[in-house]
Amino acid sequence: MLYSDTQTYVFDGSFYGLLSAVFESYERKHKRVKLFCKDVYEPDIFSEHLDVAMDPAKAIRVWNGLKQKISPTHQKHFYSAYLSEQDIIFQHLFDYAHYIFDHPKGYDSNYGHEAVLSITQMSQKVHREKHRMEAFIRFKKGNNGLFFALINPDYNVIPLITRHFKNRYADQAWIIYDEKRKYGIHYDLQNIHEVQIDFRQEQSLVPASDDISLDEKEELYTLLWKDYFKSTNIEARRNMKLHIQHVPRRYWRYLTEKEDTYW
Amino acid sequence: MHERIREKLSILADAAKYDVSCSSSGSDRKNTGKGIGDTGSGICHTYTEDGRCVSLLKILLTNFCIYDCAFCVSRSSNDVKRAAFTVEEVVELTMNFYRRNYIEGLFLSSGIFKNADYTMERMLRIVKKLRLEENYNGYIHLKTIPGASEELLTEAGLYADRMSINLEMPTESGLKLLAPEKSHEEVKRELGLIRDQSQAYNSERKLIKSTPKFVPAGQSTQMVVGATPETDKDIMHTADAYYKNFSLKRVYYSGYIPISHDARMPVIGTQPPLLRENRLYQTDWLMRFYDFDVKEILDEQHPNLDMEIDPKLSWALRNPHLFPIDINTADYKMIIRVPGIGIRSAQKIIAARKFGRLHIYQLRKMGIAYNRAQYFIRCADSSFQLNEPEPIQLRKTILQNSKSKYRSGVPEQLSLF
Repeated sequence: MLYSDTQTYVFDGSFYGLLSAVFESYERKHKRVKLFCKDVYEPDIFSEHLDVAMDPAKAIRVWNGLKQKISPTHQKHFYSAYLSEQDIIFQHLFDYAHYIFDHPKGYDSNYGHEAVLSITQMSQKVHREKHRMEAFIRFKKGNNGLFFALINPDYNVIPLITRHFKNRYADQAWIIYDEKRKYGIHYDLQNIHEVQIDFRQEQSLVPASDDISLDEKEELYTLLWKDYFKSTNIEARRNMKLHIQHVPRRYWRYLTEKEDTYW
Repeated sequence: MHERIREKLSILADAAKYDVSCSSSGSDRKNTGKGIGDTGSGICHTYTEDGRCVSLLKILLTNFCIYDCAFCVSRSSNDVKRAAFTVEEVVELTMNFYRRNYIEGLFLSSGIFKNADYTMERMLRIVKKLRLEENYNGYIHLKTIPGASEELLTEAGLYADRMSINLEMPTESGLKLLAPEKSHEEVKRELGLIRDQSQAYNSERKLIKSTPKFVPAGQSTQMVVGATPETDKDIMHTADAYYKNFSLKRVYYSGYIPISHDARMPVIGTQPPLLRENRLYQTDWLMRFYDFDVKEILDEQHPNLDMEIDPKLSWALRNPHLFPIDINTADYKMIIRVPGIGIRSAQKIIAARKFGRLHIYQLRKMGIAYNRAQYFIRCADSSFQLNEPEPIQLRKTILQNSKSKYRSGVPEQLSLF
């Protein structure tokens, strides 16, 4: 049962939308709020809800307020936890913001508090997925010189991996495309652009798995990598449980060295 | 054309895989000037079916070798296919694997052909070509060749992130038994040389900022475990001495996998001592991150690690007078010594207890292994206990309530107590 003074807020799912919801709750002096993302909210006729309008100016005010009260590490945790896109975490982030604003500076490290701990823990999960993508992304080289990779991460980690790939692969053009979220990033040797690709129309940028459009050496290096992966394994130490723990099956179809096993 | 490079890679990767070093961390090379690659906290790009991480392209330049070390698959008397890469082939492979995000960098080792300097000089050419011609800033781990000249070693240090040379056996006598041509003295000479150069470069950098990096990720070494009859105490005391004397970043322990019919060593088909290897690494972690002195874990009375329980629990059961500790008041140093509490949880505990006394449910949520830790700690709501259980009883209880991944499968390794 919800308390009678509990309000229901519905926001657009964006980071600014979430922060705008925090702003609204203070303006309207709502202490108890159930926060829903509009994609999952199912209205019923007995209750009313507030549609939170995403307002960048309000959002930035809230964010600046948070920044003054929590450490840079916890700011990162807050944003990373948001990128998990988990419904439960939206509520935790909302409650966390209230907890921080209602207490003196320093309470961001009270790991005995549920919202504080759950944000740290969710951030760790997102960070693990970010790290996995930095490890598991496999570029294929197209005959136009562009390196491209498809991903399907558990969380929306593209915003977190952009800098790593830009710094590392500064002298080659590349695209990383999230199949699940239908957007990607393109590095053109100068800048990063967000891209959305319609695979039915756009043939020029990303070649399909059609061999004709791959670099002539691509097949060789794919083969050599698969050979290497087999040769460097020690059969006497075989431990498939550990193998799968480190490389869960859901990533196999994107990994050059595992793709044959997957199909 | 393709077949030849494929065969070479298979031979020279297969021969390099017994070197267990896999780290790609500890360096901070940046990609300045729009080249390719950088280094940071290290990434494991994949894991083989044995569960080991693949971070670097780990290969030998050649598996031709003038030495005949009994434990080594590339020993001169062994009847195996031999191959050698050209400098260009190694550079091409490294660059093409790196550009596809397969690897963090190159791990280059080699058998010794002709003589030490001849081999070292070729390895140096590879790393120089990568750094200077390819503008490559990814990770490079270079094995140094025993007996290589000071000039070549010093020059290699300017291009490699990490250098290493293996002790091979934990004791000099063990090494002499299996590899009469090698000695720990030579290993010490090379580790000492790189250590001294590294210190010199570091102190120069304090005065002149543009002083080049010299082996920024430091040095490491490896010992083979289980080929010769050394105790765990021999192994870990050796490791401790090398950590201290040569400021090593890592010591690796490689469970011996029988690869020859040599009567001096375990026969082919013997299971590699995986559990023992695991316990040695746990001890290594306790020394490096948990502020344990090796003598607290292994001494004359306890020359071997307990295979049934981990070394931290084993230590705690031997020191019942130190427990239980109060989680709300104990020092950080003591909290990390509690079985079931790691570094991260300990840090959370220290941070969170400033806001109020911590209860059991909070510790559970933070992720400590409470089922194990409960016997060694008191929380705000721990029930008062009149009699602390005896260590022997405690050990039994913990063993009954925990499930070891090793319990089945490798019974020959479990010793009886």
